[in-house]
Amino acid sequence: MSGVLATAGPSVYWYLTRSTGAVSLLLLTFAIVLGVVDVERWSSPRWPRFVLDSLHRNVSLLALAFVVVHIVTSVLDSFASISITDAVIPFVGSYRPFWLGLGAVAFDLFLAVIITSLLRGRMGFSTWRAVHWLTYASWPIALVHGFGTGSDANSGWLLVLSILCIAMVAIAVLTRVLIGWPGDIRLRGAALAGTGAFGLFMVLWLPGGPLGSEWARRSGTPASLLPHHAGNAKSSAAR
Amino acid sequence: MAGESPRTAGRAPEPALPRLLAGIQAHGLLTLEEHEAVHGPLPSTGGQRGRRERERADMLIAEVARSGLLGRGGAAFPTATKMQAVAGARRRPIVLANGAEGEPASLKDRTLLESLPHLVLDGAILAAEAVGADEVVVCVCESAQDAAESLALAIAERPSGRSGRAPSLRMATVPSHYVAGQESALISYLGGARALPTFTPPMPFEQGIRRRPTLVNNVETLAHLGLIARHGAPWFRQLGTPTQPGSALVTLSGAIAHPGVYEIEHGASLSSLIAAGGGSTGRVHGALIGGYAGTWIVGELLGGVAMSNEHLAAHGAALGAGVVLLLPEDACPVAESARLARWLAGQSTHQCGPCVNGLDALAGTVEAIAAGTAGAGVGGRVDRLASLVSRRGACGHPDGALNPILSALRSFQAEFAEHARYGPCDACARPGELPLPHRPIDEATVRTARAQR
Amino acid sequence: MSQRVRVNPIACEAHGMCAELLPERITLDEWGYPIVDETPLHGSQLAHAQRAVRACPTLALLLERAPGERGR
Repeated sequence: MSGVLATAGPSVYWYLTRSTGAVSLLLLTFAIVLGVVDVERWSSPRWPRFVLDSLHRNVSLLALAFVVVHIVTSVLDSFASISITDAVIPFVGSYRPFWLGLGAVAFDLFLAVIITSLLRGRMGFSTWRAVHWLTYASWPIALVHGFGTGSDANSGWLLVLSILCIAMVAIAVLTRVLIGWPGDIRLRGAALAGTGAFGLFMVLWLPGGPLGSEWARRSGTPASLLPHHAGNAKSSAAR
Repeated sequence: MAGESPRTAGRAPEPALPRLLAGIQAHGLLTLEEHEAVHGPLPSTGGQRGRRERERADMLIAEVARSGLLGRGGAAFPTATKMQAVAGARRRPIVLANGAEGEPASLKDRTLLESLPHLVLDGAILAAEAVGADEVVVCVCESAQDAAESLALAIAERPSGRSGRAPSLRMATVPSHYVAGQESALISYLGGARALPTFTPPMPFEQGIRRRPTLVNNVETLAHLGLIARHGAPWFRQLGTPTQPGSALVTLSGAIAHPGVYEIEHGASLSSLIAAGGGSTGRVHGALIGGYAGTWIVGELLGGVAMSNEHLAAHGAALGAGVVLLLPEDACPVAESARLARWLAGQSTHQCGPCVNGLDALAGTVEAIAAGTAGAGVGGRVDRLASLVSRRGACGHPDGALNPILSALRSFQAEFAEHARYGPCDACARPGELPLPHRPIDEATVRTARAQR
Repeated sequence: MSQRVRVNPIACEAHGMCAELLPERITLDEWGYPIVDETPLHGSQLAHAQRAVRACPTLALLLERAPGERGR
C-alpha cells in the first residue's frame, strides 16, 4: 500500500485527527483553567459559581468528544496502521509506539476522571477528589504525546498554540499555589517543583526532539512509512 | 414475674443512699470479691444461645424500662429504649461504656472507674448480654491514669472472651478534649480516625464501631443497670421522682467546703447537697448547673432549686452530667463567662463553619462586653450570633455552648451592663474559678481546617 | 411524599453554589455557610434542589424525605 500512499497525499482523516488533537489540547487547557478558577472560588455577578462550574463540566465533556473523534479518525486514517486498541492500551502499536502510547495513557487517565465525575454521588468525596487530581498528570502527558506523534511540530501555529496552552496551565497552577491551596505546604512545593520541572523538560527536549531533524524516524515511525522509502520525496515531505 | 424483683439474694436491700457509692474506699478500687460482698453476685443471663437466655435478656430490658432509668451522660435518654433499638438490629452489636468525661468540672465517671470499676463492668456485661453483644469496650480519658489502672486490674479479674459465653472486655484510652466523649467522636476514634464527631445519620445504634450497631452508655448509667438487675425496678424507683427515678452522681465544686463526687436522689434540694458538701465557703454568686453545656442560676434563687430536670426546667436548666459549680461572691461572672466562651470556642473541632466562626465571634463579643469595648446594639449581636450557631453544627457542641453564655447574660444582667459601660471590675483580674484546662484538639485537624476556609 | 434539603455541615466548605441555585431555601451567613430552610419542597423546586445537590463540590447538600409524613 505504501507505494499508493506516496502519490495519494494526506487523507481527510489525517487532517481531522491533527485538528481535533489540537482542539482537544485547547479544550483540556480551558478545563484545567476553569477547574482552578473553581478551587479559587472566583466569581462575579455575571459569572456566578454555578455557571463556571457547569462550564468546567461542559468543556471537559466537549474535550472528551473531540478526543474521541481524534482517536477514531486516527484509526480510520490508513497512513499509519493505528488500531482501536492502541487508544487505550499504551505502547503496543507499531507507529511511534512510545509517543502514541502516551496518548493512550493520557486518555485512560482522562476517562477515569470523567467516569468518576459522572458517578460522583456513588463514591466517597475523597476518592473522587484523589482521582480528579490525575488531570494534572493527564494534561502534560497529552501535550508530550502531541509533540511526539504529531507531524506539525515545526509549523508555527501549532507551536504557538502549544506554548499558549502551557502558559495558561502554568499560570493557573501558580495562582492556585500562591493563594495557598492545597493546605499542605509540601503539596504546594511539589506542585511548583513539578511545574518547573515540566517547563524545563519542554525547553530542553523540544529543540533537539520534535523540532529537530529526522524526528519522524527517531520517534519510531515504521521504516516503510518514512519519506526515503517511498518514491516521491516531495509529497512525502509534507508528512 | 410482674412486681417481683428478680434474684433477690436473701433480704431485700436498703433503698436508701448510698447505692452506687456503697462501700467506696478512700483509696484504690474494690476488688471483685469486695464488690460482691457489698452488692451480691452478678445475676447473669448466661450468654445468648437458646431461647431461655433470650427471654432472660428481654426480661432485663423490660426491667430497665420499668425502672425508668435515664442516661447519665448528659442527654437523659431512656436507657431501655436505646437497648431495645440495639437489640433489634440485624448485626451483632457492641457495647461501648463511655467514661471519656471530657467535661473538666466532672469527676464522677473517673471516680467510678477508679474506685468502683466492677460496678461499671457488671452493667456493661449485663447490657451486652441483653442486646446480644459479644464485645464490650470501656473508654477512659487518657488523663485519668488512676482510673485506667484500676479498670485494667478489674478487667483482669473477670473471665473474658471465649471462656464461658461472657462478652470480651477491653479498655480504650481516649483523648481528653471536650468533644472527644461525644458518641460519634468516640466511635470515630475507636475506628482509627480522630476523635471528632461525625455527621449523623447513621446513628451509633444503627452503625457504630466497625459498622456494627453500638450501644453507647455512660459508665454511671451502666452502674445503675447493674444494681437494677440485682434489686429490681421497684427498688430503684423508691428514690427519686416519678419522672426521674433513682439516684445520681453529681460533682460539686467551687465555693464548697468539701468539693467532690456525691450521690443524691433525683429531686433532692440543692441546699441539702451543699450541706452534705460541708456548706459553701461564703456567699454564692451563682451556680452553674449541668457543666459547660449547662445553665447559670443566680445565688438568690438557689434556695428553691431541686436537683431534677423537672424542677430545673423552671430555671431553663437541666441536670446534665451532674456538674454543680458554685461561683463565690467575689468572683466576676462576666470575666468567667468571657473565659468560658473563649475556651468553648477553642474546643470546637473546626469541622463546621457555623460552629468555629460563630463561637469565635460570640466569645469575642462577650470579651468585648467584659472589657467595656462592646458598643451599642451588642444585645442584638448576641442574639443574631446565637441564631446563626444553633442547630447548624454536626454535633451538640455549639448549641451546648450557647447555654452557659446566654444564661449568664440573663442571670447576671446587672453585672454585664456595668461592664459594658465601665469596663473591667476589680474582680476581673482574679484567677479564674472555672477549670478551663488546656486540651488542644489535635493540631493537624485545626491546621487543615483553617487552610480550607 | 415530600422532600427537603439538608446540609452536612462537616462536608460543607462554603462554596455557596447551593445558595445560587436554590435561593428559595438556602441563604448564606456572613461567613459564607448555608442557612438551610428545611421546609418541604414542592413542584418545580424539586428539580432545582436536585441540581443544587449535584452542583455542590463537596457533596454536602442532601435531599431527603421530610419527616412527619403520614405512616412514617
